[in-house]
Amino acid sequence: MDEDDKGAGRGSLILGGAARNVSVAMVSTIVVFSTLALVVVNSAGWAKVKTTFFNPHQFHTYAWPVAHAFVLNIKIAVVAELVILVLALALAVLRSLPGPVFFPIRAMAIVYTDLFRGVPTILLVYLFGFGVPALALSHVPNSPTYLATVALIMVYTAYVSEVYRSGIESVHPSQDAAARSLGLSRWQAMKTVILPQAVRRVIPPLLNDFIGLQKDTALISVLGVVEALQQANLASEAEFNYTPYVIAGLFFVAITIPQARLTDWLINRDRGRQMAGGRM
Amino acid sequence: MTRKLLIIAFAALALAASGCGSSSSSSGSSSSPSGGTTADPCAVGSLQTLTSGTLTIGTDNPAYSPYFTGGPGHEWKGQYNNDPYTGKGFEDAVAYAVAEKMGFTQQQVKWAVTHFNQSYQPGPKNFDFYLAQVSYSAHRATAADFSDSYYEVNQSVVALKSNPIAKATTLADLKQYRFGTQIGTTSYDYITQTIQPSQQPQAYNSLNDAIHALQAKQIDAIVIDLPTAFYMTAVQIPGSTVVGQFPAVAGGEHYGMVLDKGSSLTPCVNKALAALTADGTLAQLTKTWLSDKVSAPILQ
Repeated sequence: MDEDDKGAGRGSLILGGAARNVSVAMVSTIVVFSTLALVVVNSAGWAKVKTTFFNPHQFHTYAWPVAHAFVLNIKIAVVAELVILVLALALAVLRSLPGPVFFPIRAMAIVYTDLFRGVPTILLVYLFGFGVPALALSHVPNSPTYLATVALIMVYTAYVSEVYRSGIESVHPSQDAAARSLGLSRWQAMKTVILPQAVRRVIPPLLNDFIGLQKDTALISVLGVVEALQQANLASEAEFNYTPYVIAGLFFVAITIPQARLTDWLINRDRGRQMAGGRM
Repeated sequence: MTRKLLIIAFAALALAASGCGSSSSSSGSSSSPSGGTTADPCAVGSLQTLTSGTLTIGTDNPAYSPYFTGGPGHEWKGQYNNDPYTGKGFEDAVAYAVAEKMGFTQQQVKWAVTHFNQSYQPGPKNFDFYLAQVSYSAHRATAADFSDSYYEVNQSVVALKSNPIAKATTLADLKQYRFGTQIGTTSYDYITQTIQPSQQPQAYNSLNDAIHALQAKQIDAIVIDLPTAFYMTAVQIPGSTVVGQFPAVAGGEHYGMVLDKGSSLTPCVNKALAALTADGTLAQLTKTWLSDKVSAPILQ
């Protein structure tokens, strides 16, 4: 009863403030953005920038070719993400193994993470794309798309394993202790108690890395593969116009936004479940 | 209430913005040359170059043979790179010849590193004119000025001798192979429009990358202009050959210098080029620096 009253009181206070807040936010947003827009539109070079970067004719001509090439970016990203989810989790679990016996494994996991997180992705794409074929190994595919995807997987596995690990470490040790005291083995405790909590907590940073990965699929262009960015590049240099880059940019943004909203929704749902119907 | 605020904000902004706009628009036209009506607009003194009394020429870095052949120097460092200050190589020699006709001494010529991508960006340029094997096209000419032609170019196919494509003699023979070229060249259009291969062609950011890919057998052949093809097969790619050249397209393909859209220098550069063509200098430079066109078979 007392609890309910407090809740209602706080709620109405927020609501009362909210109405004013919204109108203030609206005005300040409009002022800021219209100032920016006016400054840009009234600049001496705007007419030129408009025809060079935001040319409707170019949009019309190149939206479809760039979209077509963008399918390759999506394919690469999806395949890489699925592989990374598994590999990175394995790497994180290996790194979390306790005890002196597992030291070599932990050390290897640390070296891997340090190395592949440290090396610039573009360098690794070059190294795999041009270096591996130069070795002339039989049974190793020569395709630049394949090799670049492998390079992206290597890099992002290192990133994502760190995300997983932070999730694992954020689960309070008492959870593990409790699970073990119930008679679960170390592996069972990890699998059924620690990881489900850990993974749930790291979904937002995980998505963060995946968005990074999706943008980095454009790096495959350095191997000559005509994906969205390289298609935009081709169009841009044929026309002396940068609009195709803007088109490619819009496609990357377009796939990012739904994912961001999805994560927001996941977080909210998760919070809702944890509160088990309780109000904030 | 909110609405009123908005209207006030908008009105204030509109006033401020219109003030900014009008002040900036008047500054452009005041700096025209003050010579009399009889003065030659292409005389050195009245040329509106980037730096008065200096002609700044832009080119790519790396600058490739046979268009630039002076060897590494200045900012142009590394293997296969060439310093344009030497005046050696076809485009290098043409640039200095044009500069001389325009009335600049060799010491008055400065070179600026400009990526091809930057040559057509809107806004101020870091060069007076840019030359790096840029092919003229009507589309491109809407965004930048082009000088008249200084070289009529043919595209050609380079492959390793060990690859079956080396035995191709017709366009139809080429269709089944995977091609690659440097991005920004018209060569890519030749691949997609003239050869129409069954496999998606590759587009590399530099010629060196295309060469690596050819040697790694990721592509079967490179399509590139003929003078570059001869240089590549002779120097850069051991065991490679020029499979053939394409017949010239209708209207031909030519290289032109890139200038800012509407540049006052364009007619002066064209005047210099016309003079170089008339007195045979351009033909002489082409003969000196570029391999003979007739020595590659034509792929029909």
